[in-house]
Amino acid sequence: MDMFLEYVWAFLIGGAFCAVGQLLIDLTKLTPARILVSYVVAGVVLGAVGVYDPLIEFAGGGATVPLTGFGNLLAKGVREAVDQHGLIGAFMGGFTASAAGIAAAVFFGLLAALCFKSGSKINET
Amino acid sequence: MCFRKPSVIAYAAVVGKAENEGPYGGEFDEVVEDNKAGSDTWEQAESLFQQRAVKHVLRKSGLEPDRIDLMIAGDLLNQCVGSSYGLKDYFIPYLGIYGACSTFAEGLLLSAALVNAGYIDTAIASTSSHFSTAERQFRFPLNYGGVRTPTAQWTATAAGAALVGFSGKPPFIRAATVGKIEDMGITDLNNMGAAMAGAAYDTLTRHMKHRGTHPQDYDVIITGDLGQVGSDLLYDLFQRDGVSLKEHHKDCGLMIYDRATQDVHAGGSGCGCSASMMCGHFFKRIQSGELKRVLYCATGALMSPTVVQQGGSIPGIAHCVEISSEAGG
Amino acid sequence: MNISNEEYGELTKRRSHNSKLCKTVPMAFLIGGLICTLGEALLNLYGMAGLNKDDAGALTSITLVFLSILFTGLEWYDRIAQHAGAGTLVPITGFANAVASPALDFKSEGFVLGLGAKMFVIAGPVIVYGISASVVYGIIYYIVGLFTK
Repeated sequence: MDMFLEYVWAFLIGGAFCAVGQLLIDLTKLTPARILVSYVVAGVVLGAVGVYDPLIEFAGGGATVPLTGFGNLLAKGVREAVDQHGLIGAFMGGFTASAAGIAAAVFFGLLAALCFKSGSKINET
Repeated sequence: MCFRKPSVIAYAAVVGKAENEGPYGGEFDEVVEDNKAGSDTWEQAESLFQQRAVKHVLRKSGLEPDRIDLMIAGDLLNQCVGSSYGLKDYFIPYLGIYGACSTFAEGLLLSAALVNAGYIDTAIASTSSHFSTAERQFRFPLNYGGVRTPTAQWTATAAGAALVGFSGKPPFIRAATVGKIEDMGITDLNNMGAAMAGAAYDTLTRHMKHRGTHPQDYDVIITGDLGQVGSDLLYDLFQRDGVSLKEHHKDCGLMIYDRATQDVHAGGSGCGCSASMMCGHFFKRIQSGELKRVLYCATGALMSPTVVQQGGSIPGIAHCVEISSEAGG
Repeated sequence: MNISNEEYGELTKRRSHNSKLCKTVPMAFLIGGLICTLGEALLNLYGMAGLNKDDAGALTSITLVFLSILFTGLEWYDRIAQHAGAGTLVPITGFANAVASPALDFKSEGFVLGLGAKMFVIAGPVIVYGISASVVYGIIYYIVGLFTK
């Protein structure tokens, strides 16, 4: 039962992050790119003030999968790097922590570009 | 400006699969099922659409390319590559024009003026647009999951070409009005209809004032690609003058797709949209006399992604061509 | 023109329909929630396979990124996104789609100046502002640390 609840919270919290994004798209003039940027920066801030990690404890994938989780990862990486290396760590932690996601996107993106052709959208509902 | 002699001798439209699945499917000269038309790139595919449209015009007129005095063509792409690469192998004297989606009317108007003045005997006006090339250049990569807002329009994958000259037969090009650049202060690049409606209103009003006519004097007033938002705004603007336009008006952007089953939001757009509707649907009906007097007002949003990103607005333009089944006096 | 831009702007606002929130928001919630649930499932799966928390998290990101890019290549991602809206934008899969789609699209302009140079044309700002924010935080964290030790 605990396991089940875990998934429910991941669904609800993750869905809520996306629903807020959708509201921002529909009600403000924010373009998708700006929303992504806002989410990452918000994640860094929330991670810095320490409210994001408890959310992850609670919602798991519901908090780590949205881009705010990516921002939190950056904050966490920087914090650990500064603890270890001092001021220079401020310039190391972000990329170290986000390396897996970015490298995967770059590498698989390259592979996909080699394997697939860009397609034409189909305008059918 | 009024003309006496020129008429549209031959016309042809080439469209993609989705356009042929719209309400006017089957009226076009050629349907290219594969939107990439067997080419390596989308830009080459668009060129091919335009090349095919001109080829059909030549075939239908029975004229060899060396008998054509001039070709006036344009499209939406940077440097108008759709036209220049599509038409380079015909070796016909060429003038490239840009008027965004109003290009076809601009080409018709210039062709008619030059023919009427006697400088040339024949001219082909031709334009094309392609969803994928427009999307790549103006918006996002094709496979990007960006969401289109309800006011956004769908660039038609289509090309149209018309040969203007003396034949003594309909459809006759009787008059034309060149549009002014109208900047209504619209900055949303997903709301082209709003950016263009003001220009359409201005050009149509000036044309009818000059000709001494009213909307009811025309069988139909055709706008290029205002879409739903732009058409509604056009009615609003005419309403302010106490003129009811709706029952005399059709918009190619609202005609080309079936908006109930095809997810095109506010309607179709692009140079090829009104060009293919004119060359596939309307010219035929004017030729047969089913439509006697028609006003064709193609609208263009003179949009630059660079300027819009810099916070600038999107000026609109509209050119108007009056076409009739009867010759001018 | 006999109408001011302000007046025309008002008319435009009235005639431009907004998205139907009652449809877009639940769809974003549903699809976005499902992607996050998949992330949770992967986290648990990798955890059970014996990976520590950080490694399981990293591998989850890699898996989601892989799936997103596969879907992008198969032309499925943008089709789902038409209905999901922010539901496919906000999760890390949206970031991966933003990286892969220009790579695919600009391949026709060459592997270096097309694919390579344009890959971050949409996702670039996320890195620029995300990393910069983290550097600022790192500096603040360091200074605060000096005074609290």
